[in-house]
Amino acid sequence: MSLHVENLALYYQTLRGDVKALERATFTVADGEIMGLAGESGCGKTTLGNGLILLTPPMKFIEGCVKLDGVELPIWDMERMMPFRYKEISLIPQYAMSAMNPTRKTGKMISELLESRGVSYKDTLPELKRRLDLVELSHDVLNMYPIELSGGMKQRMVMVLSTLLNPSLLIADEITSALDVSTQRAVAKMLVEFRDRGFVKSVILITHDMSILYQIADSILVMYAGILAEKASTEVIIKSPRHPYTKLLISSLPEVGVKYSEKKLTGIPGSPPQLLDPPTGCRFRDRCPVAFDKCLEAPPFIELEKDHFVACWKEF
Amino acid sequence: MQRYFGRKLLIYALTFFLAVTIDWMIPRLMPGDPITNMLSRTSVNVENAQVMYDYFERVFGLDRPVWQQYLNFWVALFQGDLGVSVYLFPTPVTKVLMRAVPYSLFLLVPSILLSWYAGNKFGAFAARSKWLDNTISPVGYILTATPYMWLAILFAWFFGIVLGIFPIAGAYSFDMRPHLSLAFVGDVFWHWVLPFLSLFLVGFGGWAIGMRNMIIYELEADYSHYLEALGAPTKLIRKYAFRNAILPQITGLALSLGVIVAGALVTEVVFSYPGIGYLLLAAIQNQDYFLIQGCFLFIIIGVLLANFIIDFAYVIVDPRTRTGMQGGAE
Amino acid sequence: MIEQKLKKKNEFVYFALRNKKLQIGLTVVLFFLVLTFIGPLLTQNEPFAYVNPGGAEPPSSEYWFGTTFFGQDVFAQFGRGLRATFLVGLIGGGLATLIGVVIGFTAGYRGGLVDEILNLVTNIVLVIPTLAVLLIVAAYLEVRTIFTECLFIGLTAWPWAARAIRAQTFSLRTREFVDLAKLSGMKDRKIIFKEIAPNMMSYLFMTFILQFGGAILIAATLDFIGLGPTDAISLGLMMQVAVLWGALQLGFWWWFIPPGFAIMAIVGSLYIMNVGLDEVFNPKLREM
Repeated sequence: MSLHVENLALYYQTLRGDVKALERATFTVADGEIMGLAGESGCGKTTLGNGLILLTPPMKFIEGCVKLDGVELPIWDMERMMPFRYKEISLIPQYAMSAMNPTRKTGKMISELLESRGVSYKDTLPELKRRLDLVELSHDVLNMYPIELSGGMKQRMVMVLSTLLNPSLLIADEITSALDVSTQRAVAKMLVEFRDRGFVKSVILITHDMSILYQIADSILVMYAGILAEKASTEVIIKSPRHPYTKLLISSLPEVGVKYSEKKLTGIPGSPPQLLDPPTGCRFRDRCPVAFDKCLEAPPFIELEKDHFVACWKEF
Repeated sequence: MQRYFGRKLLIYALTFFLAVTIDWMIPRLMPGDPITNMLSRTSVNVENAQVMYDYFERVFGLDRPVWQQYLNFWVALFQGDLGVSVYLFPTPVTKVLMRAVPYSLFLLVPSILLSWYAGNKFGAFAARSKWLDNTISPVGYILTATPYMWLAILFAWFFGIVLGIFPIAGAYSFDMRPHLSLAFVGDVFWHWVLPFLSLFLVGFGGWAIGMRNMIIYELEADYSHYLEALGAPTKLIRKYAFRNAILPQITGLALSLGVIVAGALVTEVVFSYPGIGYLLLAAIQNQDYFLIQGCFLFIIIGVLLANFIIDFAYVIVDPRTRTGMQGGAE
Repeated sequence: MIEQKLKKKNEFVYFALRNKKLQIGLTVVLFFLVLTFIGPLLTQNEPFAYVNPGGAEPPSSEYWFGTTFFGQDVFAQFGRGLRATFLVGLIGGGLATLIGVVIGFTAGYRGGLVDEILNLVTNIVLVIPTLAVLLIVAAYLEVRTIFTECLFIGLTAWPWAARAIRAQTFSLRTREFVDLAKLSGMKDRKIIFKEIAPNMMSYLFMTFILQFGGAILIAATLDFIGLGPTDAISLGLMMQVAVLWGALQLGFWWWFIPPGFAIMAIVGSLYIMNVGLDEVFNPKLREM
């Protein structure tokens, strides 16, 4: 059971032309793996995450192959993707706080959703209740309107709902961003629990918060300007990254206990290129401290060591 | 929910109070002696003039202090005494109004309900595809931009005169007396079709456009995207969108009552349909101030009542108001 | 920052020029506007002058819109009537927008008790069927001019604008850039003019267009009932006189069709223009 993405390219159609939001994406998420998808805003991580499950205009499928558990996912075809959605591949959206219909009691909404997917609500109810217990939500929430729930409660509700049918792949898009630190920790732990109990097989955890990834991710995929920069296990990414971008990213993170006077925080000067007409070659080359002339040619995403992929000429 | 109704009732009470006060104040603000003013404009012979003058002087109570006049006005109002019509002297205003109200309601209620229902359904339908939208929307905008009286005139002229299918005056044929028979009912219905149709169409256009916009808004809401991502069929998503889009349409109905009533007024005038509108016009032309004021008060009360009924309907439809949270009713 | 603002302005102009709805709507409105100015020049007949001894006659090369029951030139009336229409839209609609903006903005920006009170007032004026009030007031006034009509309309049509502006102010007020300005110690008035107002401009403009159209419709209704200006000709008045003097039964279609058609065309185009403007200002709505 795993996800294999090969050479995926997704563009956004705009009046000024196509924004090349994702190109040449090739990676694998193994069974039971929580893969963090990290990068700056606009690097393409949300495009990738959402494109896998809901590819709607203005997003455009260009090329590529996505295989989940050996079966090809026709992500460009809204109709043919229907059987996969929710059952094989599911999503916890970035907007979880407003993801539920405000004028429907949550229980009613869940039952209508399940029935519409051919799943009996009555049969699923006991499992639903068990999961609510797991996330410490009282069964009464099923009888409430979303407006009556707090932010944290809504987040947990959506987590339970999205994983109710035990999908093979769960895409969790910024699920901790809108929460306070202690709730973030609780939600992150919940996610791991879900994976451990087999509610979900693999998880792609999209976030810009590296600290969460350090806590719960098995591997991290770093993206930059629509291109995959580096992928390796969490340990390797944090302790011994090889791509210049990853190195700068890690070093720009504050460390607990370290004072500014002892070690200055470095940012990364400059800003990512706009993707309407991206620069040729390596897209990081303008901000890269070690760029050289070979960088005018786009580096391939190569496995340098076991399960450690990097796209940088300097490292080859 | 109590808060919701409490607030509404306060608004209605204040509005009523304000309306009645305006009604009472206006003739007293006009320069000169209001009674002479009134009488001088009506064609009334000398003996009657003196009788009427005395009567109106008593009724206006101009010899009493202002605050007492005001209170008397309220008292009379609650007793159902709206004065006596000048142009239809000596019929009391209330009686005149009561004769006209059924006709207005006969036009208003079906056209409001049907245009609202049909317009909303159609607007939701138009939001289904771009092609449908591009063909239906312009029609909607043009219909809602059409002045009520012009559409009435157009229908009256085309279907009434040119094609000669429908009558264009009165609620029933002049040679008929009101009685319960198929012929009479049919005749009434035939006279009703054109005014109803013109009222219906303009309203229909407005609701269709409004609903189409609301549906598109709901279809782009987060919950719609979430359902889509979870593979919910389009039917379910549309059902939710419709249910949510109806709510502001209900509120909108209450708010647009003033406009609809105005539309009904002019439509009645065009078709000489003996409702409140037609009566009001006659009152204005004859400078019958009591009748004008009576019509005004009636309209106000009618609109406030309708508002209240709609608010009630809203509470039933929007579950959030029942949980004590404020719904989107603002 | 300035380059971004310029870019944004140019972006709006770019889309505005290409938006079909704007193009069509604006063309129609401009057509009638031009007609307002050159109409009276195209005929030397005065609107109320009895120029045709033959009474009512259908359109001919001499009288483009025919003549009325009394032998008056319908086209002359039409041209002048258009002017009244545009004036009412501009002044009546403008006044309503102005009042609505002031009240709506104050309510939205201040919040709290001020908002509650203003909201109450708005709701009261909203509930009252304005025609009824206007009837009462207008019926007692002997002489009415176009400007009194504009005043009536402005004073009764503002709640719609107030509501819309208030909602928009609420959503803008809580945005980050306002908080930023407040933190940096900017005075309230400055915040209003420099930060919030530019973002509201598009919204204000669209509200004004709606009020413009609405005022024209209200004025037509008032004129039709006979409560319009006593000193001028207007499209509504033309329709009233026509109906009163049996134009329906006698089939003088040239007398009542043009005025109503003009109103429908102008107001309809304004509404469609508004939709187009919405697309220009809100990138999400632009068709791909």
